[in-house]
Amino acid sequence: MAAHQAAQTLAEKVWNAHVVRKGEGAGAARQPDLIYIDLHLVHEVTSPQAFEGLRLAGRKLRRPDLTIATEDHNTPTLEIDKPIADLTSRTQIETLRKNCAEFGVRLHSLGDKEQGIVHVVGPQLGLTQPGMTVVCGDSHTSTHGAFGALAFGIGTSEVEHVMATQSLSLKPFKTMAINVEGTLKPGVTAKDIILAVIAKIGTGGGQGFVLEYRGSAIRALSMDARMTICNMSIEAGARAGMIAPDAITYEYINGRPHAPQGADWDAAVAEWDTLSTDEGAHFDAEVFLNADELEPFVTWGTNPGQGVSLSAKVPAPEDFEDENARAACERALSYMGLEAGTPMKEIRVDTVFLGSCTNSRMEDLRAAAAIIQGREKDPDIRMIVVPGSARVRLEAEAAGLDKIFTDFGAEWRFAGCSMCLGMNPDQLAEGERCASTSNRNFEGRQGKGGRTHLVSPVVAAATAIRGTLSSPSDLVAVSADTNAA
Amino acid sequence: MEKITTHTGIGVPLRQSNVDTDQIIPAVYLKRITRTGFEDALFAGWRKDSSFILNQEPFSSGSVLVAGPDFGTGSSREHAVWALKDYGFKAVLSSRFADIFRGNSGKQGLVAAEVAQGDIELIWKEIENHPGTEITVNLESRTVTCGSIIAPFEIDDYTRWRLMEGLDDIGLTLQHEEAITEFELQRPAFKPTTLPAKYS
Repeated sequence: MAAHQAAQTLAEKVWNAHVVRKGEGAGAARQPDLIYIDLHLVHEVTSPQAFEGLRLAGRKLRRPDLTIATEDHNTPTLEIDKPIADLTSRTQIETLRKNCAEFGVRLHSLGDKEQGIVHVVGPQLGLTQPGMTVVCGDSHTSTHGAFGALAFGIGTSEVEHVMATQSLSLKPFKTMAINVEGTLKPGVTAKDIILAVIAKIGTGGGQGFVLEYRGSAIRALSMDARMTICNMSIEAGARAGMIAPDAITYEYINGRPHAPQGADWDAAVAEWDTLSTDEGAHFDAEVFLNADELEPFVTWGTNPGQGVSLSAKVPAPEDFEDENARAACERALSYMGLEAGTPMKEIRVDTVFLGSCTNSRMEDLRAAAAIIQGREKDPDIRMIVVPGSARVRLEAEAAGLDKIFTDFGAEWRFAGCSMCLGMNPDQLAEGERCASTSNRNFEGRQGKGGRTHLVSPVVAAATAIRGTLSSPSDLVAVSADTNAA
Repeated sequence: MEKITTHTGIGVPLRQSNVDTDQIIPAVYLKRITRTGFEDALFAGWRKDSSFILNQEPFSSGSVLVAGPDFGTGSSREHAVWALKDYGFKAVLSSRFADIFRGNSGKQGLVAAEVAQGDIELIWKEIENHPGTEITVNLESRTVTCGSIIAPFEIDDYTRWRLMEGLDDIGLTLQHEEAITEFELQRPAFKPTTLPAKYS
């Protein structure tokens, strides 16, 4: 990203506003820029070695007031008032508590009202705002880009670097515009947009780029939906995805605990209003997608790029020209226990997981609840609902959603990452097949030998009813009377 | 960090694309709070299969991994790099690396060398036909040598320099601490802070 261009993209504007020191040199020999970090989110899994590094070097954590921690990856979603049964997990959680106390970091522990998945907690507290740089030792930090922030995942060495210096040495990114114009059909959601984007550009298509999602279909989305899209930028290989802030963004932030107030609010909005990509700004790459044509999308394979429309069939290795893609298809079909040519909608699943930083916010839970209300769950399906944060759980309960889920026969759990990555006890068994609203369908991701199909919350709900991968449009209409009951 | 200029070791062919970090190290191994001791966790799922390449001699003592495109995708877990290093790998060759994995490798002294897919195919054939063939990764000349194959690789100048000098990133940045302090003085007042904590 060249600085001082006449017309700049959103990503370039945020980058340029955070350059502490410009790298010397030019071209390939150019040193990285030193970029200031406005917010550092911390969790138990990728931080212990970073805190230890600070301690060993006798360094301080430079800005505890720009740092916040929560427990999410490793925490149980049942019986959270009891000590964590797994000793290694418990040690990791206790280590985070000790480290946060020692270095003065604000921590929301299990049982706290603000505990939850780090990427749900930040926005909910109003800590994620437009134009900021946000990092976390977690690749789904891209979620926060929904606010027009430059937000990306980092490794533990970089976590330590941010703790010590509140900055990172970074090479400028390239920019890619993802233009999505048109109107989504009913039953088609933000999740389907992003799964279609990943299938189109591939899991490596975004490497080295910051994606900017643009167009009328994006502008029409709520913040919860925008977060779903930016969240999975990393599945397209991009470290960050962004959406320019607008009235929908401001309305979401206004009144949240850490939102600017009074004169600060006015100053902030004046600044945020300048962030959108300038007319005529240059993107290094552009992709176009027609929202009118999108259908519910689902993955069939073991990487997030291996997806098709729900009405399509499982592809065959011969369908791929590229030798690596063909080999990957063959391997994926064998792992997933699928035969080429099987209609996706005939695939029977065992478990439905509604949760993860991709789809665990209020809008996701509401959408799924609206589908299942008044309908019956397939008796053989196990459905687990894991709200993204303790606060989402409380809000959902206040809205009566928990009752809709439990009446349906789903399990209503406490907040955390849960079955998205299978670090805590919520895991798939060997060979078990899951329709999951999470973000990764890698081999063994949700439990050793588990088979994952990535879907939207409404497809997850319809699947729980029919027992096979299903779209809401496959369901028999519920009469108004039944629905109200 | 240890200085590296060249490394020579047995090449291990991993004929697979999209080797994500969940495969390199499954999440159950991330509960540990140490930075070392992850050798048992490397490719833990695949190593249970006796035909997996690291279960075969002489590949089990390899130190240069030759993988398909899009290596290290997915989770940001630096544990993936620690596990590769703890097992004994010093370099990974692939035609395309995930951004975060590449960054993590550079911080930890693992050479992530970007080699054209055509050359990867040649190297695969060579080390499969002659198991135990050593590969030399030379940062100075930016080349990999394997039998009669000499292939160039890409690595960004800054990472290469840091690897060759064995430099600590934090130490380098702290040389500019004044610039950081100056920048902080100019940050807009409306930017949020996490402390004091506010609640709804």
